[in-house]
Amino acid sequence: MKRYFGRKVLIYFLTFFLAVTIDWLIPRFMPGNPVQTMLSRASLHAGAYERIYDYYAGLFGLDLPVWQQYLNFWKALLRGDLGISVLLFPLPVTKVIMNALPYDLFLLVPAILLSWFAGNWFGAFAARSKWLDNTISPLGYMLTATPYMWLGILLAWVFGIVLDIFPISGGYSFALRPHLSWTFIGSLLRHWFLPFASLFLVKFGGWAIGMRNMIIYELEADYSHYLEALGAPRRLVRQYAFRNAILPQITGLALDLGVIVAGALATEIVFSYPGIGYLLLGAIQNKDYFLIQGCFLFIILGVLLANFIIDVAYVLVDPRTRTGMMGEAA
Amino acid sequence: MTKPKKRNEILYFALKNNKLKLGLAVLLVFVVLTLVGPLLTDYAPYDYVGPPYQPPSAEYWFGTTTFGQDVFSQFILGLQATFLVGIVGGGLATLIGVLVGFSAGYRGGIVDEVLNMLTNIVLVIPTLAILLIIAAYLTVRGVLAESVFIGCTAWPWAARAIRAQTFSLRSRSFVDLARLSGMKPWKIIFTQIAPNMMSYLLLVFILQFGGAILTAATLDFIGLGPTNAVSLGLMMNNAVLWGALLLGIWWWFVPPGVAIMAIVGALYVTNVGLDEVFNPKLREM
Repeated sequence: MKRYFGRKVLIYFLTFFLAVTIDWLIPRFMPGNPVQTMLSRASLHAGAYERIYDYYAGLFGLDLPVWQQYLNFWKALLRGDLGISVLLFPLPVTKVIMNALPYDLFLLVPAILLSWFAGNWFGAFAARSKWLDNTISPLGYMLTATPYMWLGILLAWVFGIVLDIFPISGGYSFALRPHLSWTFIGSLLRHWFLPFASLFLVKFGGWAIGMRNMIIYELEADYSHYLEALGAPRRLVRQYAFRNAILPQITGLALDLGVIVAGALATEIVFSYPGIGYLLLGAIQNKDYFLIQGCFLFIILGVLLANFIIDVAYVLVDPRTRTGMMGEAA
Repeated sequence: MTKPKKRNEILYFALKNNKLKLGLAVLLVFVVLTLVGPLLTDYAPYDYVGPPYQPPSAEYWFGTTTFGQDVFSQFILGLQATFLVGIVGGGLATLIGVLVGFSAGYRGGIVDEVLNMLTNIVLVIPTLAILLIIAAYLTVRGVLAESVFIGCTAWPWAARAIRAQTFSLRSRSFVDLARLSGMKPWKIIFTQIAPNMMSYLLLVFILQFGGAILTAATLDFIGLGPTNAVSLGLMMNNAVLWGALLLGIWWWFVPPGVAIMAIVGALYVTNVGLDEVFNPKLREM
């Protein structure tokens, strides 16, 4: 188990290192440089431009050698300093993202967990009964083949415009200011429901299909036939099949996180939901590099953290990784 | 003697499999539509050809946009882009997955360690974030560039799966025999191991095909897709951007989504159908 976690942690560190390096490269790869972009907005005399440019280049450390800039970036990062947002000047990026983060967590965590549990549960049942299989499977294939944002658009159109039950834009009603009251919480929930539903439904389809197919594989495996031949009750065989089928589903969850995050970004854009995805869109449109860097970093951190949690869960569920026999290779 | 018999057997089960027939039929409809479509429309996708906000009619089959562009022309070109992304992106991802998976699974040892590390890193980094940089760097992007990008980032799970399969085949006696007879490693991989995995590789390709289409739709919708072409994701992006929801222009955003759902769904169903055909254990179901 030590070996398993040792390798995992090494991979996470390498990934984080690589991700931060890519992050550092973002503004340096962009055509033009941020100081130029900023100064081009002000109309200045030629001489004044030179001097102000030098001043800002010095301020941001752009006149230092490249390796020094890179080290400074790490130093600032470890202090939690991600710079000042241009889009929402003069708020620091860390603060802007911290304001958006709760919306993301509130949207993603329930959508991922509930869809995973519900999908596996229904999928396992679908493998059990012909009737359920004929209803859930086609539905599951349709849902999992749907792009997140399109389902979002459809839900917004049907429930927001045609039936006019749910609001289709923002994180809470524009008539309210964030405060702790039932009205505000109700408004939050009403705005949360449709983005949540579109993420939940698409993932639900995917997990249900995956589980159904896995169970059918497991029921055809030798150990199942052996158990049946021994005269074990069907229920017991199913139970063993379920426990074996759940393992690839846990790995699948880890593999799928990147796709879910991308889907959440697109869904937030459909509903103008004030999470990091919506923020990122604004940052890209306004060429706010500090904010882009910050969003990128938080997305990576979130995905890495979620991966780590899944790894721990995997060890808890699969005894083979604990005894070091085999199991998922790192 | 045995070979033709086996092929007939697979054909027999393929013709009996309803999932396979359904999936292929839906795909066929869209392929035909993509090929014949350009003949059915006389409008360029972004030309202002008619009055705005027209619901579907005999003149404009799928209606017109806020600007009076013909939705059907955009739809047909979007379908072409979709299939291109699927074939190039899915194909490239499968190819990289095959190369990495075979090398890691067959060589083992340090090659395996390094490739595994690489696979895991690419797996975890959200590809969307990398695309942001590329998108900012390349101001003009085409469907082909997008497909190549998707192919270069979607391969890790395929590599993992193929590695595991190669690993289990490597220790079979016929592979040992080939090795003893002095065959070169790559020859063993392509003449001994790969043929035994052909059906599996086909399934991987189909899944990558569908996955590439969905990824492309998401990227296009966020505005990171092609800048000089029409695609289904871009249609949805434009529809939302120009108020199709509030104006109730459903004919602008419903067709592209339905097409993606039908194509990708059909691919998945075909995949399961083929699995049942290739895998005798699943046939009895």
